[in-house]
Amino acid sequence: MNLYSRLSIERKRTVWAWAFLSVPIFFYVVIRFYPTADAMVLSFQNWNLLGARSWAGLDNYVRLWGDPVFWKVFRNTFMYLILGTPISLVISFVIAYNLDKTRFLHGTLRALYFLPFLTTAVAMAWVWRWFYQPVPIGLFNNILSSVGIGQVRFLNSTSNALPSVLAPAIWAGLGFQIIIFMAGLRAIPVSYYEAARIDGVSNWTILREITLPLLKPTIVFLVVFSSIGFLRIFDQVFNMTTNDPGGPLNSTMPLVMMIYQTAFSSYSMGYAAAQTVVLFTVLLVVSLVQLRILRDR
Amino acid sequence: MKSMRKMALGLTTSVATLISAQAVSAVEIEYWQYIFDTRVQAMDTLIERFQEENPGITVRHSTFPLADYRTRLAAAIPAGQGPDVMQLFYGWLDAYVDEGLVQPLPTDVFAPEMIEEEFFPMVAAMKRDGAYMALPTAVRSLALFYNTRLMSAAGFDTPPETLEEMVDMARAMTVRDGSGNITQVGITTGMNAQDHHWFREVLTRQFGAEPYLDNYRTVNYATPEGVAAFEFYTGLEATEGVSQSGFMDEPQAAFRAGRAGMHIDGSFRIGALEGTRGLDWGVAALPASADGVTANYGSYWVNAITNRAQGERKEAAVKFMEFVTSEEAMQLWLDVVGELPARPSVALTDENLANPVYGPFIEGLATAQTTLFLDETAQRQVLMDAVQRVLLEGMSPADSLMVAQEAEQEIIDRLGGN
Repeated sequence: MNLYSRLSIERKRTVWAWAFLSVPIFFYVVIRFYPTADAMVLSFQNWNLLGARSWAGLDNYVRLWGDPVFWKVFRNTFMYLILGTPISLVISFVIAYNLDKTRFLHGTLRALYFLPFLTTAVAMAWVWRWFYQPVPIGLFNNILSSVGIGQVRFLNSTSNALPSVLAPAIWAGLGFQIIIFMAGLRAIPVSYYEAARIDGVSNWTILREITLPLLKPTIVFLVVFSSIGFLRIFDQVFNMTTNDPGGPLNSTMPLVMMIYQTAFSSYSMGYAAAQTVVLFTVLLVVSLVQLRILRDR
Repeated sequence: MKSMRKMALGLTTSVATLISAQAVSAVEIEYWQYIFDTRVQAMDTLIERFQEENPGITVRHSTFPLADYRTRLAAAIPAGQGPDVMQLFYGWLDAYVDEGLVQPLPTDVFAPEMIEEEFFPMVAAMKRDGAYMALPTAVRSLALFYNTRLMSAAGFDTPPETLEEMVDMARAMTVRDGSGNITQVGITTGMNAQDHHWFREVLTRQFGAEPYLDNYRTVNYATPEGVAAFEFYTGLEATEGVSQSGFMDEPQAAFRAGRAGMHIDGSFRIGALEGTRGLDWGVAALPASADGVTANYGSYWVNAITNRAQGERKEAAVKFMEFVTSEEAMQLWLDVVGELPARPSVALTDENLANPVYGPFIEGLATAQTTLFLDETAQRQVLMDAVQRVLLEGMSPADSLMVAQEAEQEIIDRLGGN
């Protein structure tokens, strides 16, 4: 007490600030950092959840390197990213750009676009899973068949399955991206547009020279955010392929799902932790690279 | 004021006495199993009866979705937070025994000689060092479900007895629309469901192969005989066109919806099919091969006492184990869940054998083999992939089965089978 009363007001403030900050810091250390560090340690061990852990050295990483399924899954994970991020950004920008100019039913339309984002991924995945079924129960195939077009194997195909699983994932994320884009568009001062109009500049030039450059912070945010989202894709794949998890023939299996299966169906916790470390590294590298490329010069 | 205080004191004391008195006379043990409506219902009834017979014991029944049941057990039991008695799949027991997390059943109550005499022999897989570690209430086998309406519409009044007849009937019951798309399958297929058992333990043997050697530690199905069995299985879709994997999402869904003529499934499906509106179905033994070979796959969930049950809780747990493996419990389990009694004395009664629904399953127990899986999900995936390589990528059944054999052997070797 004596010690405290001798502190200057400035110091007392710092003490109080740390006193309050210590709660979330403690929480983060226990809930986030400790398990993360533990997972890294675990990746050098073998553990089946029931018994004691035993050291395995680099075995788990060596096994990962030599596992053809892992490389397939690695490729899938990047396919989700490479297809998902640009497609979703272009679609959401086009919608946001046009929605921003629409006055008629503006609020309703915006709400409609945002609605899928509010829907549970699990429910959505199951509804789409049924859409994709072959006749007699699949909606899409029933429509195709009623106009005399042959069946499309959406999910039961090594080439179509990944895009089919990705489509609802993109659709679900659109609402959020549209809202962020619209906020970004609204933040651009109207005076710039007015000046451009007075100068008689075309719409295309306005888009290229004013809108897109000024949207850069928004784009950076969305690219990083949606990339992380697609690299971590799980719910959609898990729920749409429960009959053949990540299948057919691992063609839709993302890294997160491989981790899940290794951990909670094969109970190889160490091997799963090694995969987690790889995912962590990938996410870190991709985010850093994107921030670097897209940051303001 | 003083009297008020006295009264309060007296009240507190008597309440405290009451609570402690109850604590002395009542033992509460916890029982865990996964959620499957009829099983939960059957266990609730059993617990009620057990508590009536043993007034001092309460059993708390907790259930979890099957999807994460195994993880729940694995997380809770080493942490000492698990149940006193748990239900687990026979294939999981080894890991718990190795880590000393389950207690052997006391031999004075569960004498090995008594068990060997009174239970079906497949239960022997639960014996370690002269004592039983776990015991099932019920066992399961496979049989052929058929849709009676579709059968009679196709002109058949008895179910198939051989594989050849099965294919012929399936052909007659398959319906396609104008563009050639299947809208009703003759027989359901799907390695993700029970078909991987049907192939592994039944078809391979019927075609003359020995699927595993060295007590399930060496995979051996990629022999010419095994390939013939695999060609038969994949041929149902690829050449005969009487099936379609993934038709209506799940084999059992197609059968329940009345869009499948035949469906191979376990006895646990009975409860779910009963009372399905508009569905008339029957059960027949699995079709025999051309030369009359029959085989079946048997599996079971067992009950085991964890190391959490000590002292009077252990006594209560043993009593409860005794009760759930009694003849009475088994008959109830059969009536409610449709799973077959683990004691021949209950299973092989004339009444049960003559039962049109359970009869074929019980008959199957005689030839049932229990696969000793090390990682059932991964081993199942191997066969699912084998079929997909044939159907989607056009690989020959022989090559695909060889890839599967190598992949499964690798799983077994890695998990310490050798």
